[in-house]
Amino acid sequence: MRVQLTTTLAAAALLAFSGSAQAETLRILTWGGYAPDAIIKEFEKKYPGTKVEVTLSNNEEMIAKLRATGGAGFDLAQPSHDRIFAVQKEYGVYKAMDLSKIDTDKIAPNLLEAVKTNTTIDGKVHAVPHQWGTSGIMADKTKAPNVTGWPDLCDPQYQGRTSMRLRRTILLGTAFGMGENPFEAYGDKAKYQQIMDKVAEKLIACKSIVKTYWQGGDDLINLMKSGEVIVSETWDSTAYRLYAQNPNIVYVPPATGALTWIDTFAIPAKGQADAAAYNWINFVMQPDIVKLMSASTGATSAVKNGADLLPDDKKAAVAAAFKPKDLENLKFFANIQPGIEDIEGKVLERIKAATAK
Amino acid sequence: MTNDLECERLTKRFGPFTAVDGVSFEIPRGSFFSILGPSGCGKTTLMRMIAGFEQPASGDIRIKGRSVLDLPPNRRNVKMVFQHLALFPMMNVGENIAYGLRCAGVARNEIERRVKDVLARVGLPDVAGKEVAQLSGGQKQRIAIARCMVLEPDVLLLDEPLGALDLKLRERMKIELKLLQHQFATTFVYITHDQSEALVMSDRVAVMNAGRFEQIGTPQQLYHNPASAFVAGFVGDSNRWAGRVVGPEGQGVRVDIGDGLSFVAAGSAPAGTAVDIFVRPEAISLAAAMPGANRLDGMVDSLLFNGAASRVLVRLADGQLVEVAHVPDGREGGLEVGAPVALSWSPDQTRCFSRAA
Amino acid sequence: MGNRDAARLSLFLLLAPLVLWIGLLIILPHLGIGYLSLREKVAPRVYQFSFANYVDFMREPIYWNTLLRTAVMSVLVTVMTLVVGFPIAYYIAKVAGRRSRAALFLLCLVPLWVSDLVRAFGWIVLLRETGLISGFLQWSGLARGPVELLYNDATVVVGLVYTVVLFMIVPIVSTLDGMDNSLIEAGYNLGGSRWTVLRRIVIPYAMPGIVAGCIIVFMLTAGSYLTPILLGGKNSMWFTEQIYEQFITRYNWESGSTFGILLLAFTSFVVWAGLRLSGQSLATTVAKG
Repeated sequence: MRVQLTTTLAAAALLAFSGSAQAETLRILTWGGYAPDAIIKEFEKKYPGTKVEVTLSNNEEMIAKLRATGGAGFDLAQPSHDRIFAVQKEYGVYKAMDLSKIDTDKIAPNLLEAVKTNTTIDGKVHAVPHQWGTSGIMADKTKAPNVTGWPDLCDPQYQGRTSMRLRRTILLGTAFGMGENPFEAYGDKAKYQQIMDKVAEKLIACKSIVKTYWQGGDDLINLMKSGEVIVSETWDSTAYRLYAQNPNIVYVPPATGALTWIDTFAIPAKGQADAAAYNWINFVMQPDIVKLMSASTGATSAVKNGADLLPDDKKAAVAAAFKPKDLENLKFFANIQPGIEDIEGKVLERIKAATAK
Repeated sequence: MTNDLECERLTKRFGPFTAVDGVSFEIPRGSFFSILGPSGCGKTTLMRMIAGFEQPASGDIRIKGRSVLDLPPNRRNVKMVFQHLALFPMMNVGENIAYGLRCAGVARNEIERRVKDVLARVGLPDVAGKEVAQLSGGQKQRIAIARCMVLEPDVLLLDEPLGALDLKLRERMKIELKLLQHQFATTFVYITHDQSEALVMSDRVAVMNAGRFEQIGTPQQLYHNPASAFVAGFVGDSNRWAGRVVGPEGQGVRVDIGDGLSFVAAGSAPAGTAVDIFVRPEAISLAAAMPGANRLDGMVDSLLFNGAASRVLVRLADGQLVEVAHVPDGREGGLEVGAPVALSWSPDQTRCFSRAA
Repeated sequence: MGNRDAARLSLFLLLAPLVLWIGLLIILPHLGIGYLSLREKVAPRVYQFSFANYVDFMREPIYWNTLLRTAVMSVLVTVMTLVVGFPIAYYIAKVAGRRSRAALFLLCLVPLWVSDLVRAFGWIVLLRETGLISGFLQWSGLARGPVELLYNDATVVVGLVYTVVLFMIVPIVSTLDGMDNSLIEAGYNLGGSRWTVLRRIVIPYAMPGIVAGCIIVFMLTAGSYLTPILLGGKNSMWFTEQIYEQFITRYNWESGSTFGILLLAFTSFVVWAGLRLSGQSLATTVAKG
């Protein structure tokens, strides 16, 4: 515990120190694959005065890091669209965005609108979309041919052969699978609590069917590749990566709708290289860079013709997975209201603490 | 059968090195037996074989007539006082003494009685509750003996237990040990490299050298009739000359020691044999010579006053020093440094041993 | 006068790193989390002083069950580490020759050369259903189907014992090193059996090392994070994980700090109770060992 805490605090202290680094450095806090070396090289060629530094993270740690320093230490962050509103209200770790400095006309209007509505506080927008993808189910067709949605993860016929990530996505997916609409209940905490209690019951009962909870993409890939797991909750990009190696492993958008996330660009409150940050945002929207980016992340770019700019193998994987009706049925993650995360956190703890029998 | 301990052609090898080489001896009941030898002569190995910590390569060890080779150390009724005593620091004095009794399963009140009894016998009746560290060196010694004696062993082994004491205490403990041995009437086997300890306390002494016994005898026999050059040199002080046998003369032989000097020595050896001659300092007289005595002329070099053990060093014409026992009587007109003196001693007191080839 | 000042200055310089270390990296962070743990969030960006976080902990059985479970498992790991480590330490200190000693010590150190994460993955490669041991069991006919050896308490305990056993061995070796072999021989000579000598002489002598080793192992185990989570999988329940969740996933630094303080207090209590039960004190054990 102390190790954990000291590291966090030491990291925070280090971040605070490095905040005073020279302005030519663009420090990006992002996901694995979101700032590949090839793109950084191109970018530094175009803007010789700027040096790019990348720190890999995930939604939770991104927020924890920025919160520790009050938004210092990084010049550009990439949280998911639903994780900005409450965090900004609570901790104020981001700056308002100047949309006039961004080529907004290149961005798909529906995604831009979605992010704008999700991240506007006091009339100011705090993020723009970068890439999007979905969470759903992945299945090995040869061993589990009839998988259609979230309930299959808890189907006794796959006893010991399913997996999921014990985070909020699985709570929401399970709720949808049970016929609820948790996003609509976000405004009504009592209702949401009720739904979550049902979800907890379901997932606790499901614990004996689940082989284990996966922790990260590589973990999941290992479990699927070895055949230890045949049905799992997944990010679509992870499923696409496996499809390229084994076409029997396919992504299945759940019948209730794939849960859709948009990873955004947001500028930390004490960022020191805003100009370079805007440069980066515009730079990665160029078609050839988008191609490189999608090849690296497996996700679809938020530019207007993002799907066309996917690499060929990803296009094939998407085609194998998504029917047009699935694309119409995407469920965008709704903004998390204050207090919702507490409910979800407690439910996750209960599930984790329950004993599988 | 009156022997407490018998060893027969006992041999021990460590790799190519023979530590104990065919040693045989027997010790009658209730006697004080010492094994005297320089360090590395094999005496400790011999003792460890008797105690059971080493297995002999060949030979037999019998205690009260019964071979103990197949008995582990904890089943042999041979107790040992270790060089550094090995009192258990985690137990107080009473517990130290009770340890062996408890191992033997003696009843509690019986243990208490015997501990009290043995403490009284070693003259420390009130120390049972003390910690070992609170005792003086001499007290520790007695406790170490009491710890063994309370078990009524057939043989008590003592491994140079006086080595760590200061000189004064060592002198006193020599006498005390002898008295204790009388009191307990148990066979003591005492190991030492200090000839005075061995001579003072022992009924019989074995002189050990290079894994073999050179001689076994009473202290008087060893002192006055050494069986080998090694014994003559190791036990007590001696003046020593190297020479060559000229031929028989009287009861003994005449030996040429060079520089035109020659002595008559007891013993017999063919002419031409290389020999060593030993003469004790107290055998040499500074007074008028008896007829037939060996003589030397010299000059007083220094006076070494040491009470009853005082010595005079006499320098011969060739520069060699001779040690002569001389107790000054305290009156005026004694010897003076630089005064010429004539030394003489009887041929009976002159030991001659052929030099080992 | 000048001499005394110089002595004072050099003393100050000698102590400065220690003081900085303790002050900046130990006391300050703990004061920080102590302070955080006493704040209650009443509205966004509004906090007030209260013990609400501690009350929350008491009210939620999941939390204190996890803490108790962590403590019980850590005690179990400590006992098993002692059982495994003592014979090894005894062998290294009293039986092994001088040259093999160094090699054995080095062998014990090997697990520490790789990071926690790599070590845990090593175990995963061995123990997973498609792993080496499962494969061997099937190949040798000892098991009919694949065997899953991960994701249970036994695996977590074994993994932790493996990770911390060195911290048990080193202090015991160093106390046994100082033990005169003749004490053991005297123990036999006076009629003691192997068991008696071990129980009445060797173990009491090694007690300071044993207690020091147990304290270190217990604290390391209770504070470990990666091993229980990676090897325990869906069934791991470790208190450090709760702390991480509070800090990172739930942004709840206040309750995370509370948990941190509670873990520190609770493990300290267990160590204190252990010292009392074994009749030892910190001064005679850790300081000596």
